[in-house]
Amino acid sequence: MKELVILSGKGGTGKTSLTAAFAALSENSILCDADVDAADLHLLMNPEIKERTDFQGGGIAVIDPDKCTSCGTCRELCKYEAISEDFKVDEIECEGCGVCVDLCPEQAIDFPIKTCGQWFISETRFGPMVHARLGIAEENSGKLVALVRQQARAMAAEKDLSLLITDGPPGIGCPVIASIGGATAMLIVTEPTVSGKHDMERVVDLANHFKVPGMVCVNKYDLNIDQTEAIENSAKEKGITVLERVPFDPAFTKAMIQGKTLIEYDPGSKVSQIIKGIWEEVGKKLESNMSQ
Amino acid sequence: MIISIASGKGGTGKTTVATNLALSLPSQVQLLDCDVEEPNAHLFINPMIEKKETVSTAVPKIDEDKCTLCRKCVEICRFRAIIVIGEVILTFPELCHSCGGCMIVCPEKAISETGRELGVLEKGKKDGLEFGHGRLRVGEAMAPPLIKKVRSLSKPEGVVIIDAPPGTSCPVITAVKGVDFVLMVTEPTPFGLHDLKLAVEAVKLLGLPHGLVINRADMGDNGVKEYAAQEGLPILLEIPFDRRIAEAYSRGRLIIEEMPEWQEKFIELYQSIENIVAKVAKGKG
Repeated sequence: MKELVILSGKGGTGKTSLTAAFAALSENSILCDADVDAADLHLLMNPEIKERTDFQGGGIAVIDPDKCTSCGTCRELCKYEAISEDFKVDEIECEGCGVCVDLCPEQAIDFPIKTCGQWFISETRFGPMVHARLGIAEENSGKLVALVRQQARAMAAEKDLSLLITDGPPGIGCPVIASIGGATAMLIVTEPTVSGKHDMERVVDLANHFKVPGMVCVNKYDLNIDQTEAIENSAKEKGITVLERVPFDPAFTKAMIQGKTLIEYDPGSKVSQIIKGIWEEVGKKLESNMSQ
Repeated sequence: MIISIASGKGGTGKTTVATNLALSLPSQVQLLDCDVEEPNAHLFINPMIEKKETVSTAVPKIDEDKCTLCRKCVEICRFRAIIVIGEVILTFPELCHSCGGCMIVCPEKAISETGRELGVLEKGKKDGLEFGHGRLRVGEAMAPPLIKKVRSLSKPEGVVIIDAPPGTSCPVITAVKGVDFVLMVTEPTPFGLHDLKLAVEAVKLLGLPHGLVINRADMGDNGVKEYAAQEGLPILLEIPFDRRIAEAYSRGRLIIEEMPEWQEKFIELYQSIENIVAKVAKGKG
Protein backbone atom coordinates (compact mmCIF):
# COMPACT_ATOMS: atom_id res chain seq x y z
CA MET A 1 0.00 0.00 0.00
CA LYS A 2 1.20 3.48 -0.85
CA GLU A 3 0.49 6.60 1.17
CA LEU A 4 0.47 10.15 -0.15
CA VAL A 5 0.36 12.91 2.46
CA ILE A 6 -0.68 16.39 1.35
CA LEU A 7 0.81 19.26 3.32
CA SER A 8 1.42 22.96 2.90
CA GLY A 9 3.07 24.55 5.92
CA LYS A 10 0.96 27.64 5.37
CA GLY A 11 -2.79 27.20 5.70
CA GLY A 12 -5.25 28.11 2.98
CA THR A 13 -3.10 27.21 -0.01
CA GLY A 14 -5.60 24.66 -1.35
CA LYS A 15 -4.50 21.42 0.35
CA THR A 16 -7.99 20.14 1.04
CA SER A 17 -9.44 21.18 -2.33
CA LEU A 18 -6.63 19.32 -4.10
CA THR A 19 -6.94 16.29 -1.81
CA ALA A 20 -10.65 16.10 -2.65
CA ALA A 21 -9.96 16.41 -6.38
CA PHE A 22 -7.42 13.59 -6.12
CA ALA A 23 -9.98 11.48 -4.28
CA ALA A 24 -12.35 11.98 -7.22
CA LEU A 25 -9.64 10.89 -9.67
CA SER A 26 -8.22 7.94 -7.77
CA GLU A 27 -9.40 4.37 -7.79
CA ASN A 28 -9.03 1.72 -5.15
CA SER A 29 -8.07 4.27 -2.53
CA ILE A 30 -8.96 5.32 1.01
CA LEU A 31 -9.03 8.84 2.41
CA CYS A 32 -7.70 10.03 5.73
CA ASP A 33 -8.17 13.51 7.16
CA ALA A 34 -5.19 14.11 9.43
CA ASP A 35 -6.14 17.71 10.12
CA VAL A 36 -7.99 16.71 13.27
CA ASP A 37 -7.91 20.21 14.69
CA ALA A 38 -9.80 22.05 11.94
CA ALA A 39 -10.88 19.28 9.60
CA ASP A 40 -12.59 20.38 6.39
CA LEU A 41 -12.32 17.46 3.98
CA HIS A 42 -15.68 16.06 5.14
CA LEU A 43 -17.39 19.21 3.83
CA LEU A 44 -16.57 18.05 0.29
CA MET A 45 -16.82 14.30 0.90
CA ASN A 46 -20.13 14.24 2.76
CA PRO A 47 -19.13 11.05 4.59
CA GLU A 48 -21.71 8.67 5.96
CA ILE A 49 -20.37 7.74 9.38
CA LYS A 50 -20.38 3.97 9.93
CA GLU A 51 -18.40 3.77 13.14
CA ARG A 52 -17.76 6.37 15.78
CA THR A 53 -15.21 5.85 18.57
CA ASP A 54 -14.19 8.05 21.49
CA PHE A 55 -10.58 9.12 21.50
CA GLN A 56 -8.97 8.67 24.88
CA GLY A 57 -6.19 11.14 25.40
CA GLY A 58 -4.01 11.18 28.48
CA GLY A 59 -4.98 11.48 32.09
CA ILE A 60 -5.74 14.76 33.77
CA ALA A 61 -5.17 15.59 37.44
CA VAL A 62 -8.22 16.06 39.66
CA ILE A 63 -7.73 17.00 43.31
CA ASP A 64 -10.14 15.54 45.86
CA PRO A 65 -10.86 18.47 48.21
CA ASP A 66 -11.81 16.12 51.06
CA LYS A 67 -8.40 14.47 51.09
CA CYS A 68 -6.34 17.56 50.23
CA THR A 69 -4.55 19.12 53.21
CA SER A 70 -3.34 22.13 51.20
CA CYS A 71 0.27 21.14 51.87
CA GLY A 72 1.40 22.71 48.60
CA THR A 73 3.54 19.81 47.35
CA CYS A 74 1.67 19.58 44.04
CA ARG A 75 1.97 23.31 43.40
CA GLU A 76 5.71 23.13 43.97
CA LEU A 77 6.12 20.12 41.68
CA CYS A 78 3.91 21.26 38.81
CA LYS A 79 6.07 22.66 36.04
CA TYR A 80 3.03 23.93 34.15
CA GLU A 81 1.59 26.15 36.90
CA ALA A 82 -1.67 24.27 36.46
CA ILE A 83 -2.69 24.22 40.12
CA SER A 84 -4.27 27.29 41.66
CA GLU A 85 -3.70 28.65 45.16
CA ASP A 86 -6.95 27.07 46.28
CA PHE A 87 -5.82 23.70 44.85
CA LYS A 88 -7.89 23.42 41.74
CA VAL A 89 -6.42 22.06 38.52
CA ASP A 90 -6.64 24.18 35.39
CA GLU A 91 -7.58 21.55 32.80
CA ILE A 92 -6.19 23.59 29.96
CA GLU A 93 -2.78 24.03 31.59
CA CYS A 94 -2.51 20.46 32.94
CA GLU A 95 -0.10 18.54 30.71
CA GLY A 96 -1.13 15.15 32.09
CA CYS A 97 2.32 14.26 33.43
CA GLY A 98 0.91 12.71 36.60
CA VAL A 99 3.80 13.89 38.79
CA CYS A 100 1.43 15.46 41.33
CA VAL A 101 -0.70 12.28 41.29
CA ASP A 102 2.25 10.05 42.17
CA LEU A 103 3.83 12.36 44.73
CA CYS A 104 0.87 13.78 46.66
CA PRO A 105 1.55 12.71 50.26
CA GLU A 106 -2.21 12.29 50.89
CA GLN A 107 -2.88 10.46 47.60
CA ALA A 108 -5.57 13.06 47.08
CA ILE A 109 -5.13 13.39 43.34
CA ASP A 110 -7.00 11.27 40.83
CA PHE A 111 -5.91 10.82 37.24
CA PRO A 112 -8.96 9.98 35.15
CA ILE A 113 -8.41 9.38 31.45
CA LYS A 114 -9.96 12.17 29.47
CA THR A 115 -11.98 11.69 26.32
CA CYS A 116 -10.66 14.41 24.07
CA GLY A 117 -12.26 13.74 20.73
CA GLN A 118 -13.83 11.20 18.42
CA TRP A 119 -12.72 9.40 15.33
CA PHE A 120 -14.86 8.01 12.55
CA ILE A 121 -14.87 5.36 9.88
CA SER A 122 -17.07 6.52 7.03
CA GLU A 123 -18.16 5.70 3.54
CA THR A 124 -18.03 8.34 0.79
CA ARG A 125 -18.84 8.39 -2.90
CA PHE A 126 -15.11 7.88 -3.52
CA GLY A 127 -14.55 5.04 -1.08
CA PRO A 128 -13.88 4.74 2.64
CA MET A 129 -12.65 7.62 4.77
CA VAL A 130 -11.15 7.78 8.25
CA HIS A 131 -11.39 11.12 10.02
CA ALA A 132 -11.58 12.62 13.48
CA ARG A 133 -12.53 15.56 15.55
CA LEU A 134 -10.32 16.69 18.38
CA GLY A 135 -12.22 18.42 21.16
CA ILE A 136 -11.86 22.19 21.43
CA ALA A 137 -8.73 23.30 23.27
CA GLU A 138 -7.50 19.72 23.61
CA GLU A 139 -4.01 18.32 23.50
CA ASN A 140 -2.79 15.08 21.99
CA SER A 141 -3.48 16.07 18.39
CA GLY A 142 -0.37 14.14 17.31
CA LYS A 143 -1.64 11.03 19.04
CA LEU A 144 -5.04 11.32 17.31
CA VAL A 145 -3.38 11.87 13.92
CA ALA A 146 -1.26 8.76 14.44
CA LEU A 147 -4.41 6.85 15.38
CA VAL A 148 -6.48 7.84 12.31
CA ARG A 149 -3.58 7.02 10.00
CA GLN A 150 -3.09 3.67 11.66
CA GLN A 151 -6.81 2.91 11.31
CA ALA A 152 -6.80 3.99 7.67
CA ARG A 153 -3.84 1.73 6.95
CA ALA A 154 -5.49 -1.21 8.67
CA MET A 155 -8.66 -0.66 6.66
CA ALA A 156 -6.69 -0.35 3.41
CA ALA A 157 -5.04 -3.69 4.14
CA GLU A 158 -8.36 -5.31 5.04
CA LYS A 159 -10.12 -4.07 1.89
CA ASP A 160 -7.09 -4.58 -0.31
CA LEU A 161 -6.89 -0.90 -1.28
CA SER A 162 -3.67 0.22 -2.89
CA LEU A 163 -3.53 3.90 -1.98
CA LEU A 164 -4.06 5.99 1.14
CA ILE A 165 -4.54 9.71 0.52
CA THR A 166 -3.96 11.74 3.68
CA ASP A 167 -4.94 15.40 4.01
CA GLY A 168 -2.42 16.82 6.45
CA PRO A 169 -2.57 19.69 8.94
CA PRO A 170 -0.87 23.07 8.48
CA GLY A 171 2.38 23.93 10.26
CA ILE A 172 5.40 21.76 10.99
CA GLY A 173 4.75 20.77 14.63
CA CYS A 174 3.37 17.76 16.45
CA PRO A 175 0.35 16.82 14.25
CA VAL A 176 2.38 17.31 11.06
CA ILE A 177 5.22 15.15 12.31
CA ALA A 178 2.64 12.50 13.25
CA SER A 179 1.15 12.64 9.75
CA ILE A 180 4.30 11.99 7.72
CA GLY A 181 6.23 9.14 9.36
CA GLY A 182 6.46 6.19 6.98
CA ALA A 183 4.57 7.87 4.12
CA THR A 184 5.54 6.95 0.54
CA ALA A 185 5.65 10.59 -0.50
CA MET A 186 4.39 13.99 0.46
CA LEU A 187 2.95 16.64 -1.77
CA ILE A 188 3.43 20.20 -0.60
CA VAL A 189 0.81 22.60 -1.94
CA THR A 190 1.95 26.18 -1.80
CA GLU A 191 1.08 29.60 -3.19
CA PRO A 192 3.31 32.21 -4.85
CA THR A 193 3.65 34.59 -1.91
CA VAL A 194 6.51 35.39 0.44
CA SER A 195 4.71 33.41 3.15
CA GLY A 196 3.99 30.49 0.83
CA LYS A 197 7.67 30.26 -0.09
CA HIS A 198 8.93 30.64 3.47
CA ASP A 199 6.52 28.02 4.82
CA MET A 200 7.08 25.59 1.94
CA GLU A 201 10.82 25.69 2.64
CA ARG A 202 10.27 24.73 6.26
CA VAL A 203 8.05 21.79 5.28
CA VAL A 204 10.64 20.68 2.71
CA ASP A 205 13.28 20.78 5.45
CA LEU A 206 10.95 18.69 7.58
CA ALA A 207 10.47 16.19 4.72
CA ASN A 208 14.23 15.93 4.33
CA HIS A 209 14.69 15.64 8.11
CA PHE A 210 12.34 12.64 8.24
CA LYS A 211 13.52 11.34 4.84
CA VAL A 212 10.10 11.38 3.18
CA PRO A 213 10.38 12.12 -0.57
CA GLY A 214 8.62 15.35 -1.46
CA MET A 215 6.87 17.03 -4.38
CA VAL A 216 5.85 20.67 -4.65
CA CYS A 217 2.90 22.16 -6.50
CA VAL A 218 2.33 25.92 -6.75
CA ASN A 219 -1.38 26.73 -6.61
CA LYS A 220 -2.74 30.13 -7.82
CA TYR A 221 0.62 30.44 -9.60
CA ASP A 222 -0.47 33.36 -11.81
CA LEU A 223 -0.92 35.67 -8.80
CA ASN A 224 2.84 36.19 -8.92
CA ILE A 225 4.95 34.44 -11.57
CA ASP A 226 8.26 35.65 -10.09
CA GLN A 227 7.40 34.10 -6.72
CA THR A 228 6.29 30.91 -8.46
CA GLU A 229 9.68 30.64 -10.13
CA ALA A 230 11.50 31.43 -6.90
CA ILE A 231 9.55 28.68 -5.11
CA GLU A 232 10.20 26.14 -7.84
CA ASN A 233 13.91 26.95 -7.90
CA SER A 234 14.16 26.70 -4.15
CA ALA A 235 12.36 23.34 -4.18
CA LYS A 236 14.64 21.98 -6.91
CA GLU A 237 17.72 23.09 -4.98
CA LYS A 238 16.46 21.13 -2.00
CA GLY A 239 16.01 18.03 -4.17
CA ILE A 240 12.22 18.16 -4.39
CA THR A 241 10.22 17.24 -7.51
CA VAL A 242 8.31 20.20 -8.96
CA LEU A 243 4.87 19.46 -10.42
CA GLU A 244 2.77 21.40 -12.89
CA ARG A 245 1.40 24.77 -11.75
CA VAL A 246 -2.28 25.32 -10.94
CA PRO A 247 -3.78 28.69 -11.95
CA PHE A 248 -5.91 30.89 -9.69
CA ASP A 249 -9.49 29.89 -10.40
CA PRO A 250 -12.67 30.98 -8.57
CA ALA A 251 -14.06 27.53 -9.48
CA PHE A 252 -12.29 26.19 -6.35
CA THR A 253 -14.52 28.33 -4.13
CA LYS A 254 -17.63 27.71 -6.26
CA ALA A 255 -17.14 23.95 -6.09
CA MET A 256 -16.62 24.20 -2.33
CA ILE A 257 -19.88 26.10 -1.89
CA GLN A 258 -21.68 23.27 -3.68
CA GLY A 259 -19.90 20.66 -1.56
CA LYS A 260 -18.26 19.19 -4.65
CA THR A 261 -14.75 18.45 -5.73
CA LEU A 262 -13.38 20.57 -8.54
CA ILE A 263 -13.45 17.53 -10.85
CA GLU A 264 -17.17 17.00 -10.28
CA TYR A 265 -17.95 20.70 -10.50
CA ASP A 266 -16.49 21.07 -13.97
CA PRO A 267 -14.69 17.98 -15.29
CA GLY A 268 -13.93 19.50 -18.68
CA SER A 269 -12.43 22.77 -17.41
CA LYS A 270 -8.81 23.64 -17.98
CA VAL A 271 -8.01 23.57 -14.28
CA SER A 272 -9.56 20.08 -13.96
CA GLN A 273 -7.37 18.91 -16.85
CA ILE A 274 -4.29 20.35 -15.15
CA ILE A 275 -5.15 18.56 -11.92
CA LYS A 276 -5.63 15.30 -13.82
CA GLY A 277 -2.14 15.74 -15.26
CA ILE A 278 -0.71 16.40 -11.80
CA TRP A 279 -2.45 13.35 -10.42
CA GLU A 280 -0.85 11.17 -13.12
CA GLU A 281 2.57 12.56 -12.24
CA VAL A 282 1.96 11.96 -8.55
CA GLY A 283 0.96 8.36 -9.36
CA LYS A 284 4.22 7.78 -11.22
CA LYS A 285 6.23 9.30 -8.40
CA LEU A 286 4.50 7.08 -5.85
CA GLU A 287 5.23 4.00 -7.99
CA SER A 288 8.90 4.87 -8.34
CA ASN A 289 9.25 5.62 -4.60
CA MET A 290 7.66 2.27 -3.80
CA SER A 291 10.04 0.36 -6.03
CA GLN A 292 13.07 2.07 -4.46
CA MET B 1 -4.25 46.07 25.75
CA ILE B 2 -3.39 42.64 24.33
CA ILE B 3 -5.16 41.54 21.14
CA SER B 4 -4.73 38.09 19.61
CA ILE B 5 -5.45 37.62 15.93
CA ALA B 6 -6.77 34.10 15.41
CA SER B 7 -8.74 31.92 13.01
CA GLY B 8 -9.60 28.24 12.90
CA LYS B 9 -8.68 27.91 9.26
CA GLY B 10 -5.23 28.81 8.03
CA GLY B 11 -4.61 31.25 5.20
CA THR B 12 -7.57 33.50 5.95
CA GLY B 13 -5.49 36.62 6.53
CA LYS B 14 -4.40 36.62 10.19
CA THR B 15 -0.94 37.91 9.36
CA THR B 16 -2.36 40.52 6.97
CA VAL B 17 -4.60 41.89 9.71
CA ALA B 18 -1.95 41.66 12.44
CA THR B 19 0.76 43.46 10.46
CA ASN B 20 -1.47 46.16 8.97
CA LEU B 21 -3.10 46.85 12.32
CA ALA B 22 0.27 46.99 14.09
CA LEU B 23 1.68 49.53 11.65
CA SER B 24 -1.48 51.66 11.45
CA LEU B 25 -1.72 52.63 15.10
CA PRO B 26 -0.14 55.84 16.34
CA SER B 27 0.36 54.44 19.86
CA GLN B 28 3.23 52.31 21.11
CA VAL B 29 2.76 48.87 19.57
CA GLN B 30 4.43 45.51 20.03
CA LEU B 31 3.82 42.80 17.43
CA LEU B 32 4.45 39.24 18.62
CA ASP B 33 4.24 36.49 16.02
CA CYS B 34 3.19 33.38 17.95
CA ASP B 35 2.75 31.17 14.90
CA VAL B 36 6.10 29.61 15.72
CA GLU B 37 5.66 26.70 13.31
CA GLU B 38 5.30 29.00 10.33
CA PRO B 39 6.04 32.58 11.38
CA ASN B 40 5.36 35.02 8.53
CA ALA B 41 4.89 38.49 10.03
CA HIS B 42 8.60 39.33 9.72
CA LEU B 43 8.33 38.91 5.94
CA PHE B 44 6.00 41.93 5.85
CA ILE B 45 7.57 44.00 8.64
CA ASN B 46 11.25 43.40 7.85
CA PRO B 47 12.34 44.23 11.39
CA MET B 48 15.94 44.80 12.37
CA ILE B 49 16.65 41.81 14.63
CA GLU B 50 18.54 43.01 17.70
CA LYS B 51 18.54 39.94 19.88
CA LYS B 52 18.42 36.25 19.15
CA GLU B 53 18.39 33.46 21.71
CA THR B 54 18.03 29.71 21.58
CA VAL B 55 15.14 28.38 23.64
CA SER B 56 15.48 24.94 25.18
CA THR B 57 13.41 22.71 27.37
CA ALA B 58 14.73 20.47 30.12
CA VAL B 59 15.10 16.77 29.31
CA PRO B 60 16.74 14.03 31.37
CA LYS B 61 20.32 12.89 31.14
CA ILE B 62 21.02 9.64 32.89
CA ASP B 63 24.33 8.80 34.55
CA GLU B 64 24.58 5.11 33.73
CA ASP B 65 27.23 4.53 36.39
CA LYS B 66 24.78 5.60 39.09
CA CYS B 67 21.64 4.05 37.54
CA THR B 68 20.58 0.78 39.18
CA LEU B 69 17.78 0.11 36.63
CA CYS B 70 15.16 0.40 39.39
CA ARG B 71 12.67 1.72 36.79
CA LYS B 72 11.14 4.37 39.07
CA CYS B 73 11.70 6.96 36.33
CA VAL B 74 10.11 4.68 33.73
CA GLU B 75 7.05 4.30 35.94
CA ILE B 76 6.46 8.00 36.52
CA CYS B 77 6.99 9.01 32.90
CA ARG B 78 3.54 9.12 31.19
CA PHE B 79 5.13 10.11 27.90
CA ARG B 80 7.24 6.95 27.51
CA ALA B 81 10.38 9.04 27.18
CA ILE B 82 12.43 6.64 29.30
CA ILE B 83 12.54 2.88 28.84
CA VAL B 84 14.61 0.01 30.16
CA ILE B 85 15.39 -2.86 27.81
CA GLY B 86 17.30 -5.64 29.50
CA GLU B 87 20.30 -3.99 31.14
CA VAL B 88 20.06 -0.79 29.15
CA ILE B 89 18.23 2.45 29.98
CA LEU B 90 17.26 4.65 27.06
CA THR B 91 15.80 8.15 26.87
CA PHE B 92 13.77 9.63 24.01
CA PRO B 93 14.25 13.36 24.52
CA GLU B 94 11.79 14.26 21.73
CA LEU B 95 8.95 12.60 23.69
CA CYS B 96 9.80 14.38 26.96
CA HIS B 97 7.36 17.05 28.22
CA SER B 98 9.84 18.39 30.81
CA CYS B 99 7.70 17.57 33.85
CA GLY B 100 10.78 16.79 35.91
CA GLY B 101 9.18 13.69 37.46
CA CYS B 102 12.07 11.34 36.68
CA MET B 103 14.61 13.57 38.41
CA ILE B 104 12.47 13.79 41.53
CA VAL B 105 11.84 10.06 41.89
CA CYS B 106 15.32 8.74 41.04
CA PRO B 107 16.65 7.39 44.38
CA GLU B 108 20.24 7.37 43.09
CA LYS B 109 20.25 10.97 41.87
CA ALA B 110 21.38 9.56 38.56
CA ILE B 111 19.30 11.94 36.44
CA SER B 112 20.35 15.46 35.65
CA GLU B 113 18.92 18.08 33.34
CA THR B 114 20.06 18.68 29.81
CA GLY B 115 18.43 20.75 27.10
CA ARG B 116 16.45 19.97 23.95
CA GLU B 117 16.37 22.89 21.57
CA LEU B 118 12.82 24.08 20.86
CA GLY B 119 13.79 26.85 18.51
CA VAL B 120 14.89 30.45 18.58
CA LEU B 121 13.38 33.63 19.96
CA GLU B 122 14.11 36.83 18.06
CA LYS B 123 13.47 40.42 19.06
CA GLY B 124 13.76 43.50 16.95
CA LYS B 125 12.39 46.85 15.84
CA LYS B 126 10.93 48.48 12.79
CA ASP B 127 10.68 52.23 13.16
CA GLY B 128 8.61 52.66 16.33
CA LEU B 129 7.24 49.12 16.28
CA GLU B 130 8.65 46.50 18.61
CA PHE B 131 8.73 43.04 17.10
CA GLY B 132 9.20 39.55 18.49
CA HIS B 133 8.73 36.05 17.17
CA GLY B 134 9.74 32.44 17.70
CA ARG B 135 10.90 29.94 15.10
CA LEU B 136 10.28 26.32 16.02
CA ARG B 137 13.23 24.09 15.17
CA VAL B 138 12.40 21.89 12.17
CA GLY B 139 11.72 18.44 13.60
CA GLU B 140 10.55 19.76 16.98
CA ALA B 141 6.96 18.77 17.81
CA MET B 142 6.07 20.99 20.76
CA ALA B 143 5.13 24.54 19.91
CA PRO B 144 3.40 25.73 23.15
CA PRO B 145 6.51 26.23 25.33
CA LEU B 146 8.09 28.41 22.62
CA ILE B 147 4.83 30.35 22.18
CA LYS B 148 4.88 31.06 25.93
CA LYS B 149 8.41 32.44 25.54
CA VAL B 150 7.29 34.77 22.76
CA ARG B 151 4.36 35.95 24.88
CA SER B 152 6.70 36.60 27.79
CA LEU B 153 8.17 39.47 25.72
CA SER B 154 4.91 41.41 25.99
CA LYS B 155 5.10 44.69 27.83
CA PRO B 156 2.22 45.89 29.98
CA GLU B 157 2.19 49.42 28.53
CA GLY B 158 0.99 50.12 24.99
CA VAL B 159 -0.77 47.77 22.59
CA VAL B 160 0.37 44.17 22.10
CA ILE B 161 -0.77 42.41 18.93
CA ILE B 162 -0.34 38.65 18.83
CA ASP B 163 -0.42 36.78 15.52
CA ALA B 164 -1.75 33.34 16.58
CA PRO B 165 -1.35 30.00 14.80
CA PRO B 166 -4.33 28.38 13.02
CA GLY B 167 -6.47 25.64 14.57
CA THR B 168 -8.20 25.24 17.94
CA SER B 169 -5.82 23.04 19.92
CA CYS B 170 -3.03 23.74 22.38
CA PRO B 171 -0.83 26.09 20.29
CA VAL B 172 -3.75 28.45 19.62
CA ILE B 173 -4.97 28.29 23.20
CA THR B 174 -1.47 29.21 24.38
CA ALA B 175 -1.50 32.21 22.03
CA VAL B 176 -4.91 33.54 23.10
CA LYS B 177 -5.29 32.61 26.77
CA GLY B 178 -5.72 35.63 29.03
CA VAL B 179 -5.68 38.30 26.30
CA ASP B 180 -8.08 41.25 26.33
CA PHE B 181 -9.59 40.55 22.92
CA VAL B 182 -9.50 37.91 20.21
CA LEU B 183 -9.95 39.18 16.67
CA MET B 184 -10.98 36.34 14.42
CA VAL B 185 -10.21 36.50 10.74
CA THR B 186 -12.25 34.37 8.40
CA GLU B 187 -13.24 34.03 4.79
CA PRO B 188 -16.86 33.61 3.62
CA THR B 189 -16.52 30.02 2.38
CA PRO B 190 -17.82 26.72 3.80
CA PHE B 191 -14.30 25.88 5.06
CA GLY B 192 -13.91 29.33 6.58
CA LEU B 193 -17.29 29.11 8.31
CA HIS B 194 -16.77 25.59 9.62
CA ASP B 195 -13.42 26.45 11.18
CA LEU B 196 -14.68 29.81 12.46
CA LYS B 197 -17.37 28.00 14.45
CA LEU B 198 -14.68 25.88 16.11
CA ALA B 199 -12.59 28.96 16.87
CA VAL B 200 -15.61 30.73 18.38
CA GLU B 201 -16.25 27.71 20.62
CA ALA B 202 -12.63 27.91 21.78
CA VAL B 203 -12.74 31.62 22.68
CA LYS B 204 -16.09 31.16 24.41
CA LEU B 205 -14.59 28.33 26.46
CA LEU B 206 -11.86 30.74 27.54
CA GLY B 207 -14.40 33.51 28.13
CA LEU B 208 -12.65 36.04 25.92
CA PRO B 209 -14.29 39.01 24.17
CA HIS B 210 -14.10 38.55 20.43
CA GLY B 211 -15.05 40.00 17.07
CA LEU B 212 -14.73 39.23 13.41
CA VAL B 213 -12.86 40.38 10.32
CA ILE B 214 -14.11 38.95 7.02
CA ASN B 215 -11.37 38.77 4.44
CA ARG B 216 -12.01 38.35 0.69
CA ALA B 217 -15.50 39.32 1.79
CA ASP B 218 -17.02 39.23 -1.69
CA MET B 219 -15.65 35.86 -2.79
CA GLY B 220 -17.82 33.17 -1.24
CA ASP B 221 -21.34 32.84 0.10
CA ASN B 222 -23.46 34.32 2.88
CA GLY B 223 -22.85 31.60 5.45
CA VAL B 224 -20.40 33.54 7.61
CA LYS B 225 -22.60 36.64 7.80
CA GLU B 226 -25.68 34.60 8.67
CA TYR B 227 -23.74 32.82 11.38
CA ALA B 228 -22.36 36.11 12.74
CA ALA B 229 -25.87 37.60 12.91
CA GLN B 230 -27.26 34.54 14.61
CA GLU B 231 -24.43 34.44 17.18
CA GLY B 232 -24.36 38.20 17.71
CA LEU B 233 -20.74 38.26 16.57
CA PRO B 234 -19.71 41.79 15.67
CA ILE B 235 -18.21 42.14 12.18
CA LEU B 236 -15.56 44.80 12.73
CA LEU B 237 -14.01 44.95 9.27
CA GLU B 238 -14.53 43.54 5.80
CA ILE B 239 -11.65 43.36 3.35
CA PRO B 240 -12.78 42.72 -0.24
CA PHE B 241 -10.95 40.43 -2.63
CA ASP B 242 -8.81 42.83 -4.58
CA ARG B 243 -6.09 41.61 -6.90
CA ARG B 244 -3.95 44.58 -5.82
CA ILE B 245 -4.11 43.39 -2.21
CA ALA B 246 -3.35 39.77 -3.22
CA GLU B 247 -0.40 40.83 -5.37
CA ALA B 248 0.96 43.18 -2.72
CA TYR B 249 0.74 40.36 -0.18
CA SER B 250 2.53 38.01 -2.56
CA ARG B 251 5.49 40.40 -2.62
CA GLY B 252 5.56 40.94 1.14
CA ARG B 253 3.90 44.37 1.01
CA LEU B 254 1.24 45.65 3.37
CA ILE B 255 -2.20 46.86 2.31
CA ILE B 256 -1.49 50.22 3.93
CA GLU B 257 1.68 50.61 1.88
CA GLU B 258 -0.13 49.88 -1.35
CA MET B 259 -3.35 51.70 -0.46
CA PRO B 260 -2.67 54.23 2.33
CA GLU B 261 -6.37 55.01 2.66
CA TRP B 262 -6.70 51.67 4.48
CA GLN B 263 -4.79 52.96 7.49
CA GLU B 264 -7.91 54.81 8.62
CA LYS B 265 -9.91 51.54 8.50
CA PHE B 266 -7.40 49.74 10.68
CA ILE B 267 -7.44 52.61 13.18
CA GLU B 268 -11.25 52.37 13.25
CA LEU B 269 -10.92 48.62 13.72
CA TYR B 270 -8.77 49.25 16.77
CA GLN B 271 -11.25 51.78 18.12
CA SER B 272 -14.11 49.26 17.80
CA ILE B 273 -12.03 46.74 19.72
CA GLU B 274 -11.29 49.32 22.43
CA ASN B 275 -15.00 50.08 22.74
CA ILE B 276 -15.93 46.42 23.13
CA VAL B 277 -13.18 45.83 25.69
CA ALA B 278 -14.26 48.93 27.65
CA LYS B 279 -17.88 47.73 27.66
CA VAL B 280 -16.88 44.27 28.87
CA ALA B 281 -14.73 45.82 31.61
CA LYS B 282 -17.65 48.00 32.70
CA GLY B 283 -19.98 44.99 32.71
CA LYS B 284 -17.58 43.11 34.95
CA GLY B 285 -16.81 46.11 37.17
